[in-house]
Amino acid sequence: MISTIITIDHPAGLHARPAAQFVKTAARFPCKISVRKLNSEKPPANAKSPLSVLTLGVNQGDTVEIIAEGEEAQAALEALVELVKSNFGETTVPQA
Amino acid sequence: MPKYQGLPASPGIAIGQILPYRTPKVTFTEQRVEEPHAEWQRLQQALRKADTQLMALEERARKIAGEEEAAIFEAHRLFLVDEELLARLRTLVLEEHLNAKAAVHHTFEQYAEALLGLEEAYFQARAQDLRDVAQRVMKCLDGIGEETDFEAIAEAVIVVAEELTPSDTIRFDREKIIGIVTVRGGPTSHSAILARAMGVPAVVSAPFDLNDMRGGTLAILNGNNGVFNVGPTLHELEVARKEKEEWEARRRAELRQAEQPAITREGAYRAEVVANIGSVEDAEQALQFGAEGVGLFRTEFLYLERNTMPSLAEQVRAYRRVFEVMGARPVVVRTLDIGGDKEVSYLGMEKEANPFLGWRAIRMIRERPDVLENQFSALLLAAGQVTAEGIPCDLRIMLPMVSSVAEVERAREIYEEAWAALQAEGKPLPERVQFGIMVEVPSAALLADHFAPLVDFFSIGTNDLTQYTLAVDRTNERVSVLASPYHPAVLRLIEMTLRAAHAQGKWVGLCGELAGDPLAVPLLVGLHLDEFSMAPSSIPTIKGLIRQWTLAACEEVAQQCLQFSLAAEVIEYLKGQAPH
Repeated sequence: MISTIITIDHPAGLHARPAAQFVKTAARFPCKISVRKLNSEKPPANAKSPLSVLTLGVNQGDTVEIIAEGEEAQAALEALVELVKSNFGETTVPQA
Repeated sequence: MPKYQGLPASPGIAIGQILPYRTPKVTFTEQRVEEPHAEWQRLQQALRKADTQLMALEERARKIAGEEEAAIFEAHRLFLVDEELLARLRTLVLEEHLNAKAAVHHTFEQYAEALLGLEEAYFQARAQDLRDVAQRVMKCLDGIGEETDFEAIAEAVIVVAEELTPSDTIRFDREKIIGIVTVRGGPTSHSAILARAMGVPAVVSAPFDLNDMRGGTLAILNGNNGVFNVGPTLHELEVARKEKEEWEARRRAELRQAEQPAITREGAYRAEVVANIGSVEDAEQALQFGAEGVGLFRTEFLYLERNTMPSLAEQVRAYRRVFEVMGARPVVVRTLDIGGDKEVSYLGMEKEANPFLGWRAIRMIRERPDVLENQFSALLLAAGQVTAEGIPCDLRIMLPMVSSVAEVERAREIYEEAWAALQAEGKPLPERVQFGIMVEVPSAALLADHFAPLVDFFSIGTNDLTQYTLAVDRTNERVSVLASPYHPAVLRLIEMTLRAAHAQGKWVGLCGELAGDPLAVPLLVGLHLDEFSMAPSSIPTIKGLIRQWTLAACEEVAQQCLQFSLAAEVIEYLKGQAPH
């Protein structure tokens, strides 16, 4: 099992389109992937389930831990981190 | 025969049979099943059926309403294939031997509750979506199809409903619907917006019981005065037919002349007639109705249903689209007007005992100057970019709910800072921007002579000015009847504002309901109101009326109105005045 910690900078947090992109990317990998919101009581959510990711309530500025276990775990983590770092493929100007 | 007084939501008169639109809630009992595998198969079949229905709705939405509505159904479909949700359903049915309907209810409700616990409006709306989908799946389990088959309507009908959701309205055969009336919802509900887009009359908040409505009953729906008459007498029908014909003829004539300016008959006075808008779609519609500009662009939509401040880029995009549509025509943009009646956690909004007297609109300036500065920057950037591309742009910025001169002075400082910062960065800036305030708190009207040197214009918001002058909560039904903008106290404040502004060469607009009320035309022209701002569809009517009056006659009417002591006297008097 491997994991990484990353902050969500997208203005929409981890819902709406970013959540859909996140789940879609996770679903490409065979391993088990979960995501946990740091500083919250909530149990880790299945990263391949849009509803579970949504109900985590991750907002802009929240930090999450992404945990992967099994086949292609490393590649999955890299792909998800890349997605978050690329601002979910959007080019938005940072807030003034 | 029953008549119901609702709120007019889309103008026009419809006479026809009613079609009650019912969405019965599916009920269920919790049971243990003997053959869980068969039950699981049944559930999977229902899920597939629900997905097929949603796919059809998605395609239909894409065809007749656009991508935005299609996306609603696309999101609904995603719920049906959620692997966690399916796993929970599977456990409940196969391991706990629960019946499928109860399993569906419990599982969807669990997620809905979790979303509701997150409080922000975005999640509340998703919880509603989940419940919609759960109902759909449960109906599929019952073998119930779509309840009211709109594809099969033979004749034109008036749709009668509790309230309509996107998944209801998208299935309508819009050609066959001549009117919409609902028990719930306000003038900005989905039903009202849809009716205006379709150009059919609508009434909302009509206090009828849907159970009393029989399909096929003849009814008259008057979207001009909000009356819904079920089972009218022959005489009433005759009157309504005549009214309908007259209204339609008048409407056609008004629309033909919508582009013409609103100049009084003898040519002595020209009023600017502009639109209240909340989106780029409204702006496009406003032009079709002959709007000479925008007198009120509400910007709240940028801030609602989200968890973080809209980015600068996002705001610039939204403003640019409206500026591009309006071109050289003036666009008055009202800065953020949100208070404790809305939940916007990232702005620090809290539930307040009296949100209309609380921390809202310009009053945020002390604690959160960044919000206003950000909005000023976005507006200047958008106007500057458009200007640099050779599109003319006449931006006018307006502050809401001003009650003290200090607020305007502070806002102007922030504005100058925003301007200087953008200039230092070498950004293109607009050539000239007007700066104004809304007059909706009595203190602003009373001190209009002190405000005038600080601004280029005033815009009177009669809805709030009435509420604050008369101490009437207009959302409280027991007292809202007292909230008349025709109250002589309100009229005197309007007159006072106009006099003080004109004495210092500043122009005055009015963007409350009063501006779009045909009854108020001679009164407001007589007070020399410079700009009338209203819902786009009212523009042709008001322009047409202004053209029928002379300034001298209007002045007489206005002076008389200021002499009365009761709103009822003013209204009675105005009803007796014919254009001359």
